[in-house]
Amino acid sequence: MGNNSVTSPPKSSVKLHINGEQKELQLAPWTSLLDALREHLNLTGTKKGCDHGQCGACTVLVDGKRINSCLTLAVMQQDKEITTIEGLAKDGELHPVQQAFIDHDAFQCGYCTPGQICSVIGLVNEGKAKSLDDIRDLMSGNVCRCGAYVNIVKVVQEALERSESK
Amino acid sequence: MIGNQTGKPVNRVDGRLKVTGGAKYAAEFTAPNMAYGFVVNSKIAKGKIKSIDTSKALALDGVLEVFTHENRPGYVWGDKNYQDKDSPPGSPFRPLYDNEVQFSMQPIALVVAETYELARYGAILVEVEYENYSFDTDFEKNIKQAYIPEKYKSSKPPEPWGNPDEALANAAVKIEAEYSHPSEHHNPIEMHASLAIWEEGGKLTVYDKIQGVQNSQQYIANAFGMQQEDVHVISPFVGGAFGSGLRPQYQLFLAVLAARELKRPVKVVLTRQQMFSFGHRPKTVQKFALGADTDGKLKAVQHDAFGETSKFEDYSENVVIWPGVLYNCDNVKVSHKLVALDVYTPLDMRAPGGTTGIYGLECAIDELAYKAGVDPLEFRKMNYSEKDQNEGKPFSSKELRECYRQGAEKFGWEKRSLEPRSMKEGHNLIGWGFAQGAWEATQKQAAAKAVLTTDGKLTVSCATADIGTGTYTVMSQIAAETVGLPLEDVTFKLGDSSLPKSPLQGGSWTVSSVGSAVKLVCDKVREKLLQLAQQVANSPLANATLDDVNIEDGKISLKNDPAKAVTIKEALVQSQGKSIEENVSSEPVEGQQKYSPYAHSATFVEVKVDEDLGTVKVTRVVSAIAGGRIINPKTARSQILGGVVWGIGAAMEEETVMDNNLGRFMNHDLDKYHVPVNADVHDIEVIFVEEKDDHVNPLGAKGLGEIGIVSVAPAIANAIFHATGKRVRELPITLDKLL
Repeated sequence: MGNNSVTSPPKSSVKLHINGEQKELQLAPWTSLLDALREHLNLTGTKKGCDHGQCGACTVLVDGKRINSCLTLAVMQQDKEITTIEGLAKDGELHPVQQAFIDHDAFQCGYCTPGQICSVIGLVNEGKAKSLDDIRDLMSGNVCRCGAYVNIVKVVQEALERSESK
Repeated sequence: MIGNQTGKPVNRVDGRLKVTGGAKYAAEFTAPNMAYGFVVNSKIAKGKIKSIDTSKALALDGVLEVFTHENRPGYVWGDKNYQDKDSPPGSPFRPLYDNEVQFSMQPIALVVAETYELARYGAILVEVEYENYSFDTDFEKNIKQAYIPEKYKSSKPPEPWGNPDEALANAAVKIEAEYSHPSEHHNPIEMHASLAIWEEGGKLTVYDKIQGVQNSQQYIANAFGMQQEDVHVISPFVGGAFGSGLRPQYQLFLAVLAARELKRPVKVVLTRQQMFSFGHRPKTVQKFALGADTDGKLKAVQHDAFGETSKFEDYSENVVIWPGVLYNCDNVKVSHKLVALDVYTPLDMRAPGGTTGIYGLECAIDELAYKAGVDPLEFRKMNYSEKDQNEGKPFSSKELRECYRQGAEKFGWEKRSLEPRSMKEGHNLIGWGFAQGAWEATQKQAAAKAVLTTDGKLTVSCATADIGTGTYTVMSQIAAETVGLPLEDVTFKLGDSSLPKSPLQGGSWTVSSVGSAVKLVCDKVREKLLQLAQQVANSPLANATLDDVNIEDGKISLKNDPAKAVTIKEALVQSQGKSIEENVSSEPVEGQQKYSPYAHSATFVEVKVDEDLGTVKVTRVVSAIAGGRIINPKTARSQILGGVVWGIGAAMEEETVMDNNLGRFMNHDLDKYHVPVNADVHDIEVIFVEEKDDHVNPLGAKGLGEIGIVSVAPAIANAIFHATGKRVRELPITLDKLL
């Protein structure tokens, strides 16, 4: 580069619709949705496990679809409905998938859990999982190093049954 | 054994916080005016930093400072001050100490900026010129220089017994084999992180990812020349650690240094790539020579291990104690040598030594059983150890035979044919494998405090951790049962260095050590409660002793006349508004040293191997565990499930690959370092056999964090041999090794 004149990108106003609330932030365009949630909105329920889309801990729902929030920039997600783990319980009552994680002990350290929960809800919305092998494949973007997979699969089976009986 | 709280599969008491995003891990705390630090790592494996130019980074608006060896302040630099409670013998690494590079990815600078992104950008603007030295990272090349360390971090390998050379020479059935596994990294999903907050009056508060807050506290106090009481370390939740948090990692030192210099809070979070820049399970090669008679009676064992260490610390693990624990054999000799490389020092990783040694031993024994033509499970039964031959002591309890029986029945082992390649299903070869394991059930000194307030709420505390193991839950259960309160009236506090003294959370000793302290302190509360109940006017318990009463569901009643009772709340009225407060320090129980305390496991595995493609699926695992009294069958089962998944990872996937041209681990992310994902895991069945142990500790519980993993990888490797007829003696067993 040869000179010392490095600069950083300027901040601009970014409007995000998260868990039913409108938030306005001053962000540089290089801020990921994940860092916007964790470092700027104190919504630390969404976890950072790799920052490269390799672990799924940062999974959130955008317009009902599960995405890795580390692989998208906050500025790209304006005008969309973002749901994080903090937005799933209604009036203090847990979402059935959250309750099922507790009942089946589908976690240990709890760090991948918010991403797993959002991923289960996203998977049910997708409607693609028809068999046990489908469930295992379609949940393989969410790494659980504590190894709670057997219990997570039970949660998914229950969630799929619940959605079919609706 | 089922008490009124313990033995019940209750849900985790911290479950709600974990499923709502309310549980806060180290990087999730914040402080006003907080700055962000980003670490710059060395690109070379060994050499000197000739120059480090930080001007471009510093020119960036919002970058506050770049710390390097050139401008770091002069605190306490003697290497003894950097030792922590899990340091191996040697000279610990000191971040930013001088211009020397000792290993690839060594931290060499910290960029501190107003935002995370700026610090990260600043880090790539730091320009470093190196002088490269030649380095040793090739394990195979350096094994010739393996040495016996002056001092082992682990126990010293036991002296030989019997006459192993002669017994081997004379054995009718013999095998010789070499087993190895590569370096592996812990990879908890939460990355290591520290937030250091410098306060008025020279005090420091730190949020840290650590398996023992008092270890970080002591380390910081020593390294920065501070009083221990001026350092407050907090860590309420740990997003997995598996040993990676036993030693304070370099982000802690750097965050404290920056916060102290800049007089503002600094948070440093490592990246996933940087999670490969510190400790790992050491690559280990094991050589076996085993002999048996034609009936399958084990006659001789020789077990020699060669484990990786760094050039600056002698890391070792208990790799070669397992023949003396698991088998009855009259002639045994073992050794353990170290191979020093230019890498960071290895670090305890889930069941260190056990995962390694039991893998090699249980595969080698399977080979010997096959050579003798004996069913592998039968072979174990014939050579069952009734005592720990290393120590010459009986076991405190050992229900391993019951694990064999229940595991085999659940698995259907009797339908197995001995011959390899004899079981098929379509194009899949089916293999059934077995291995057994053990893990020491240690009790360490621990302290606890209990406060029962007049509203009948109990708070018990200890500076231990909950790395996902269920500490919050099981300690609450032990306390609730001992004092006689419903679970919801009990709170257990941990992860704060100001709480009573705790050992590190590791080694499967937390329930044994902290649980015993919790029981002891709650017994004292119980005593006080009865005294108060006896002061109630016309107390029906006036003449009762503790043995005469039951305390449960908030009531103290006579055992032989339960209608005669005083409620805990009535009793507490007598304390005239004062809480009951008790403190204890609990030591390992008397007489314990007469016994050898181990948990045991028997693992049965089914694999399906595609004959054309060499792909392997671990379709079924039955893990039968003798772990003493189980405090919570639900969280206990999860720990064993996790251990099995780790065993699948070790057997099939995990390997950190060293590039010996660069002296650097090549696959330093989760894309290329494979850990098991959901699709890799199929049916897992966990069995806890009944096991009563009056010697191990006052609870009779053995700890479960490690026993779940030790016998899984060998059982898988043995199943793959049974399926294919091929012995792969090098982990992980990837398909290229099978084709």
